[in-house]
Amino acid sequence: MTAMARTLAVGVAVIAVGVLVAYARVNPYLYFAGYVILQYVVIATAWNILGGYAGYVNFGTPAFFALGAYTAVCLILTVRAPLPVLIVAGGLVSALLGLGIGYLTLRLRGVFFSIATLALAVVLQTVIINWEFVGGSRGLSVIRPAGPPFGSYVTFLFTVMLALAVVAVITARFIERSWIGRGLAALRDDEDAAECMGVPTLRLKLFATTVSGFLLGVAGAPFPYYVTFVEPNSAFALDYAVNALAMPMIGGTTSWIGPVLGAVLLGSAQQLATVTISSEMNLFIVGVVLVAFVVLAPEGILGLTRRLRRR
Amino acid sequence: MFSWDLLANALVAGVLLGGFYAAVSLGVSLIFGLLDIANIAQPAFVILGSYTAYVLNNAYGVDAILTGILLTPVFFVVGAIVYRVYYGSFERRGDESLRGLVFFFGILFIVEVCLSLKFGVDYRLVQAPYIGKSLDLGGGVGVAYRLLVPCLVGVAMTAVLYLFLGRSFYGRAIMAVSQDGVALRLMGADPIHIKTIAFGIGIAAASLAGALLVTIAPVVPSTDRDYIGRMFAITVLGGMGSILGTLVAAIVLGIVESLMATFFGPSWSLAVSFGILLVVLAVRPAGLFGR
Repeated sequence: MTAMARTLAVGVAVIAVGVLVAYARVNPYLYFAGYVILQYVVIATAWNILGGYAGYVNFGTPAFFALGAYTAVCLILTVRAPLPVLIVAGGLVSALLGLGIGYLTLRLRGVFFSIATLALAVVLQTVIINWEFVGGSRGLSVIRPAGPPFGSYVTFLFTVMLALAVVAVITARFIERSWIGRGLAALRDDEDAAECMGVPTLRLKLFATTVSGFLLGVAGAPFPYYVTFVEPNSAFALDYAVNALAMPMIGGTTSWIGPVLGAVLLGSAQQLATVTISSEMNLFIVGVVLVAFVVLAPEGILGLTRRLRRR
Repeated sequence: MFSWDLLANALVAGVLLGGFYAAVSLGVSLIFGLLDIANIAQPAFVILGSYTAYVLNNAYGVDAILTGILLTPVFFVVGAIVYRVYYGSFERRGDESLRGLVFFFGILFIVEVCLSLKFGVDYRLVQAPYIGKSLDLGGGVGVAYRLLVPCLVGVAMTAVLYLFLGRSFYGRAIMAVSQDGVALRLMGADPIHIKTIAFGIGIAAASLAGALLVTIAPVVPSTDRDYIGRMFAITVLGGMGSILGTLVAAIVLGIVESLMATFFGPSWSLAVSFGILLVVLAVRPAGLFGR
């Protein structure tokens, strides 16, 4: 239990540092960019729980993210719910969708599962486009609530996202080190063999898809307040799908630190490229880095360092 | 407010759209259906075909479909190279499923971003004498040539591929490699060589399909996403690797989409293919003409 306590202590310390950083009031753009990188830490970690641990490649990340965001939009429009409620609600709705795709894995494995998740994203986007209440295809402005607990609203959101990232990473680390992680690894290597050995594959898969969905929804829930203008093309952007799999692939999919590493490196590189070159160019970099890594270093940075250490 | 004219027009447009969808899906049918390679980058190659057709049409006034046919050797070579990279990096190591999928997803993304860097996000279209004219079938039913020509070319492509796979040596070898690569090797043919050729043909088909696409409607770099679902829905619905099944499934999808667009509005038609895909995968993964 001491290990768990130590992990929690590190998590609390990270959040405390984040609050201090928020009080430091450096260039406001840094909080803006930091939020995006932290959001990618949550997304990459969430994707990795299903994709890295269980081996089910989810191309539908934007669906879960946007579902979280649009759940928040609904709650803002109807009852003006406070941010914590938005986050929990966004997470829960996405978790339900996750549970749904978990049942899909009964029939669909490997490639078919991935294509189905891609399909899911497009269907959901079509529904949102045709739903006038949340703005349809035109989008909708969201007004931030007045008076954040501290700092400006962006620095506040920055610390909120930092806390969410810490929660996501601790969750992933816990799953990885427990019997659940070992069971998922077993079914990733050979699902039928795992089932024969008595691993409850369906329950584990449902758990992985639900937790992954929950965290993706959580990442999306503060999105309306961050951008203040929500429209389907930005909420369902293919960038999320590509980044969600590029970041763990670059960092390394077998450990919780991989997605964090990938998200921080690739996320910062993208922010730099967006400022210095262009936003199209940063996507190009992601694509090239992704392909280079899967071809040349399939184990990611973690695999590279492991290989170097062995020498 | 039900109109028979509207229904008849929607049905005709659906069948024509179906012929075109068949052309778009043949590559996936060959590469995914027969070779079991999850090439989700196929729509990106189709869009690449659209843009090459656009560039040549715009600069030299060459007919889009003619360009599509002329460039098939180039696309064939590109496809062969992509397959060799894929084979060397994934298939030989035996971890093609997860990382191979990511590899193709990356290619899709790179092609799309390169096109938007080069051409921006404006709609691009081609000129041809038949675009804008239509054939009147009587009874209030008209057929636009910009739909009819791609449909006929699509059906012709299907027929050619069907005959090629059934009658020629290489075609039969491709069918054989999809059934049993080891047995093919025992017969003295090299499965990797055969697969390279098949993959090249699949990508070459994308060149022509892209030309048809830009003939039917203007394109932007992100148009490829609309076709991922259609291609795989058609391939799965038709039964993996069945060429005639691809044509039938494409026409079914074309009709359903056209009816959907006519009676519920065009913004819903995209969801149709994915809906069909999800239902088919859940209910009958073998498809209509499955093995």
